[in-house]
Amino acid sequence: MSDRIAAAFASHGRSAALMPYLMAGFPDLGTSREVGEACIDSGANLLELGVPFSDPLADGPVIHAAATEALKAGATLHGVLRVCESLADQVPVVLMVYANAVLAGGDSAFVERAAAAGAAGLIVPDLPHDEAGGLREVCDAHGLALVPLAAPNTPPERLAQIAADARGFVYTVSVAGTTGERTELPPELRDTVKRVRDAASVPVAVGFGISTADHARQVAEVADGVIVGSRVVRAAGEGGADAVAGVVAELASAL
Amino acid sequence: MSAIPQRFGPYGGRYVPETLIPALDELEKAWLEAREDPSFQLELSGLLRDYVGRPTPLYHASRLSEAGGRDIYLKREDLNHTGAHKINNALGQVLLAKRMGKTRIIAETGAGQHGVATATACALLDVECVVYMGTEDMRRQKPNVERMGLLGATVTPVESGARTLKEAVSEAIRDWVANVEGTHYVIGSVVGPAPFPALVRDLQRVIGDEARAQFLDRTGRLPARVIACVGGGSNALGTFVAFVDDSDVDLVGVEAGGEGIDTGRHGAPLTTNARGVLHGSMSAVLQDEEGQILEAHSISAGLDYPGSGPEHAYLRDTGRATYLAVTDAEAVDAFRRTCRLEGIIPALESSHAIAWALANPGPGPDLVTLSGRGDKDLAEVLGLE
Repeated sequence: MSDRIAAAFASHGRSAALMPYLMAGFPDLGTSREVGEACIDSGANLLELGVPFSDPLADGPVIHAAATEALKAGATLHGVLRVCESLADQVPVVLMVYANAVLAGGDSAFVERAAAAGAAGLIVPDLPHDEAGGLREVCDAHGLALVPLAAPNTPPERLAQIAADARGFVYTVSVAGTTGERTELPPELRDTVKRVRDAASVPVAVGFGISTADHARQVAEVADGVIVGSRVVRAAGEGGADAVAGVVAELASAL
Repeated sequence: MSAIPQRFGPYGGRYVPETLIPALDELEKAWLEAREDPSFQLELSGLLRDYVGRPTPLYHASRLSEAGGRDIYLKREDLNHTGAHKINNALGQVLLAKRMGKTRIIAETGAGQHGVATATACALLDVECVVYMGTEDMRRQKPNVERMGLLGATVTPVESGARTLKEAVSEAIRDWVANVEGTHYVIGSVVGPAPFPALVRDLQRVIGDEARAQFLDRTGRLPARVIACVGGGSNALGTFVAFVDDSDVDLVGVEAGGEGIDTGRHGAPLTTNARGVLHGSMSAVLQDEEGQILEAHSISAGLDYPGSGPEHAYLRDTGRATYLAVTDAEAVDAFRRTCRLEGIIPALESSHAIAWALANPGPGPDLVTLSGRGDKDLAEVLGLE
């Protein structure tokens, strides 16, 4: 499965791969599937599919609220994985899931179910490198990429370890903070991405705060992939699949 | 210099976004140095003595003893400045933060006691202070909200979820991720990612160290049981840690039984054997079968939390401590009895520990940690009438 991620980064014909994030089950499971289809039709090369969690520590208000609404609308892991399944034969789908949701039923069981639903990888934002060894072994055994995160303040020796154990790509967090739209990209982003690229042999994608076509263009100058979350989730809440199609098409046109 | 444990058996760890890892490393290093530094310890112990009023008394509660049929001693943390044990930790952490060059302090609060303690320490030591508090708790604990304002802190309301302690901790962590460079997060209990559970335990062990020496001095022996309430568990762990090696002393943690364990509306993860990851550590956590964190329920805002300190989960699994629950109604009854029998208005949190002691006969003597005073709870209790 992780070779699908490599292929998606290698063959998009753009300045960088585009990876929209959508919250599974928001505003409901059916609509989130349509949102995923709209992302793909409008130019997404990979998808990041959020698994709704009650206490999403790495997320800002838009994605937090979407998770809360998805759970209120009755989203379960079973439903989330059906959404994954319906999208995964078109582009690689990477699940963004919090540690407790992975560990609750045992990490092996979770990874088996994710693999069966066609997921290409996992991003676990509250499972830093030191805690991730066990899950990475399980993911490796099932052909899933456990994608690590790197932050602007990650020290060099730690970054080297993260990069060495990376699978799929390295998710580089653009800013210290939670997910959410920001008006400007941080000035040190170019340096941050360069440090990660120098350390990693897999592609480097950047997320957190990227909300406009102009941001996407700037990130694509230095990174292999552009991840856009809160802007897409906000569109899904405001105007469903049609609104998302417009946002993703505009981002795609910038790459 | 002994290292700070990251894990207590399988519990603990650092389940946080990567951005926080350097800050946790920095904090661990700073605490290892500070706790071995005589000048830091001298400053902290001086403040605990002259400003907080330590040592707090060990009080032989004669009428509670009569009602319980054995000697019951109360460790009077309610007599601390700001009215609870929380100040022990807040002062220590704000001093540490200043030593680390941090210029801004954030904290979460449930009952408001930790928020008031942190705001107090920040006023004394002249640091900016922001306290996150759920709006439901702001309603329940209005006097403490006003106190924090008087002390110069900014209280930031949290509207998500059940608007109680769990959400306040989450918002404080989000703030910390965004402002990690110059900000220190003064977490209020023995929870969170390492090194917090050990750091807060170290700062609260003054309770147990004092109580053990006072007990020996007064009675010539150790207590048969040491009893304390457990939300996150800082007053309990701070007491227990001094007695852990005394194998004849039973350690009893009393959780919030809420409306009853079988109703599902409670705050008793240790009693109900749950395990999960919440707010940066693996511990006993209330959750559903898919790992979604459940809301806790307790009449006492300080125990209204679905998680617990990882070291408590370890003490439970090893059998060194026992964890049980007391319902809202039993706690309120103990609150009233303590008022009438001893002329002490206990916090509703501490009333859980007293309730368990009164209802469970033993050979005695018992040591109960009276973690705080109950002035903050008057509206809640009087509203029941």
